[in-house]
Amino acid sequence: MAEFSIDRFVDLYAHRTSGMSASEVRALFAVASRPEVVSLAGGMPYVQAIPEEDVLEVVRQVLDEHGTSSLQYGGGQGHPALRERLLALMAEEGVEADAEDVVVTTGAQQALDLTGKIFIDAGDLIAVEAPAYVGALTAFSAYEPRYLQIDVDEDGMKVDQLEEALVRGERPKFVYTCPNFGNPAGVTLSYPRREQLVSLCREASIPIIEDNPYGMLRFEGEPLPCLRTLDPENVIYLGTVSKVFSPGVRVGWALAEQSVVQRLVLAKEAADLCGSAFTMLVTERYLAGDRWRGNLETLVETYRRRRDAMLEAIEEHFPDGAMWTLPAGGFYVWVTLPEWFDTQAMLAAAVERRVAYVPGTAFYPDGRGKHQMRLAFCYPTEDRIREGIARLGSLLEDEEQLYRSLHP
Amino acid sequence: MNVAVLAGGRTPERDVSLRSGHRVLTAMQELGHDAWLIDPGETPLAESLQEREPDVCYLALHGKEGEDGTVQRLLDLLQIPYTGTAAFDCEVAFDKILAKDALARADVPTPPWVAIEGWALRDLGAGVALGKAIEHVGLPCVVKPSRSGSALGVGTVEREADLPAAVMAALSFSGAAVVETRIDGTEVAIGLVGTPLETVPVVEIVPKGGVYDYAARYTAGATEYFAPARVEDEVTAACTGASLRAAEALGLRGVTRVDAIVDAHGDPWVLEVNVCPGMTETSLLPMGAHAAGMSLADLCDRILRSVPSRG
Repeated sequence: MAEFSIDRFVDLYAHRTSGMSASEVRALFAVASRPEVVSLAGGMPYVQAIPEEDVLEVVRQVLDEHGTSSLQYGGGQGHPALRERLLALMAEEGVEADAEDVVVTTGAQQALDLTGKIFIDAGDLIAVEAPAYVGALTAFSAYEPRYLQIDVDEDGMKVDQLEEALVRGERPKFVYTCPNFGNPAGVTLSYPRREQLVSLCREASIPIIEDNPYGMLRFEGEPLPCLRTLDPENVIYLGTVSKVFSPGVRVGWALAEQSVVQRLVLAKEAADLCGSAFTMLVTERYLAGDRWRGNLETLVETYRRRRDAMLEAIEEHFPDGAMWTLPAGGFYVWVTLPEWFDTQAMLAAAVERRVAYVPGTAFYPDGRGKHQMRLAFCYPTEDRIREGIARLGSLLEDEEQLYRSLHP
Repeated sequence: MNVAVLAGGRTPERDVSLRSGHRVLTAMQELGHDAWLIDPGETPLAESLQEREPDVCYLALHGKEGEDGTVQRLLDLLQIPYTGTAAFDCEVAFDKILAKDALARADVPTPPWVAIEGWALRDLGAGVALGKAIEHVGLPCVVKPSRSGSALGVGTVEREADLPAAVMAALSFSGAAVVETRIDGTEVAIGLVGTPLETVPVVEIVPKGGVYDYAARYTAGATEYFAPARVEDEVTAACTGASLRAAEALGLRGVTRVDAIVDAHGDPWVLEVNVCPGMTETSLLPMGAHAAGMSLADLCDRILRSVPSRG
């Protein structure tokens, strides 16, 4: 008799990997990426709006100006020229900073991982908005925290809930939020709540992690001040060029107090020594001058039309009882269906009908969100969005009929 | 020989199938065949087979299309021989409702079941009879899509109130659902290869989380396997006997895998059969074959040799 060990190291892996497993949803996404499926699932930026010649030109500039040093290792904090340039980008949203307080990361995703790494010990409590960006949850979960989930409504995180938790004596290590057109809910934290959150956390000495990938993708209305602007000392601000330029260059950053920056740089060096000097410099050159503004305007206009197409189609095709958010920017609409829906179970039928979404459960650490789903309008064309929503609407109708037939 | 390995496709088991296919491809090349892989999810299959006509197709497609007779019928039309079971028998074997019926008629033990058709619920008001399902199969019970694989859409129901949701989940994958009695015991898989079909050692499956679901199947280390199974000789004999009878009842040939559960009395119950069993590094048939000293290449060779020659 032989015991077959599929993985001979199975008893050696760290406990924190126990949550990493194969899943039905991932299997279905393999089908959802097929061209005949309208994918409202992934949040892929519409990089086709960035003219190739613009990129070629900056690549040439980088090689002309920096030569082979652009192909060399660099410092762990990120290229100084890029950090200076990022200050200008942040200033567009009213965030003032010093280049010494910026650490460039491999996308903002790495900043999430490094933040988790320097703050979370196994069993620590952290506060996250609920629903929250799935990538933040997977990054943090590797460090085995406990979660304090703070619900979100149309005005963003319900700060009162956080306050109640603090009054109860809960002491999270930090609070994570995506306040502008957040992923996945698409909602924006209101101004009064921003002030409330900032002062609450300052009093309690709890740092806020402000994840702001979508802030510059505003379709209408006046921008609100970033949390970082309201309290530069207590907010760790995460930014990315993925949505204003390209996710392929993998350039994100964290802006924080020096003490935090030093730890982040050491953690970054331990993880990957340094980011890519080449893509950092390409990004720096791209953001120099004014060309990027025109491209960003095209992007925002494209996303705005796609959002409109999605909201109109939802209005037309979704059944009574469905509720959805009205994002003023960003990539996502968040849909809440009657309680009995199970969007994870329904995904196979959706893919069969050639449309895909992300089931709500992905965005909560505790399996909530069964009757919710995230719809991304950033990538498909307006016609495809309308087609996808129509397919989804007819599925929801059929599911409702099936549900009624099972509960006569 | 010129061998086209068919893997991939458009089902949720696409990734698993590609993993099977790549391993089979390597094995075929080791055996000295001129082998290539075709992914019907990427390339129009008929066209591709006419361009470069193989002597035989190795079917490593999992799930609908690959296992339900669709591809087999196309290959019949193109007159290209293929591994495994013929089209009609695939169609029956892949459909759990038809297959369980055929097994029961041949006195092969399979857990008591009822079938629930989606359209009967929608158009014939079958929902009022849902309680009958529980009366018939008891609790706890297992709800499965009738036509799907890899435990996708499968749920266990402990309380009657949870049955409708489980039925809806199963119907997401298939037009009909099977509700069957849950048999507690040891899960086993019995691989069969060759002409006539012969069993390889029985593999015992011990999922660490207690349930052999999709994650337990495809996450390395989530399940322990023992081959041969740690059961009495009589139980092994009962398992191989039941699997051979199941294969005969369903007209299976060349290669197949029978999944069963051995109850507390040592009696096996056949749950389902697979006409294109997985060949990945976590798959059961290669594991059983390995216990008999067969490499993956040996196994593929036997499967290939069992293909009836053209005409």
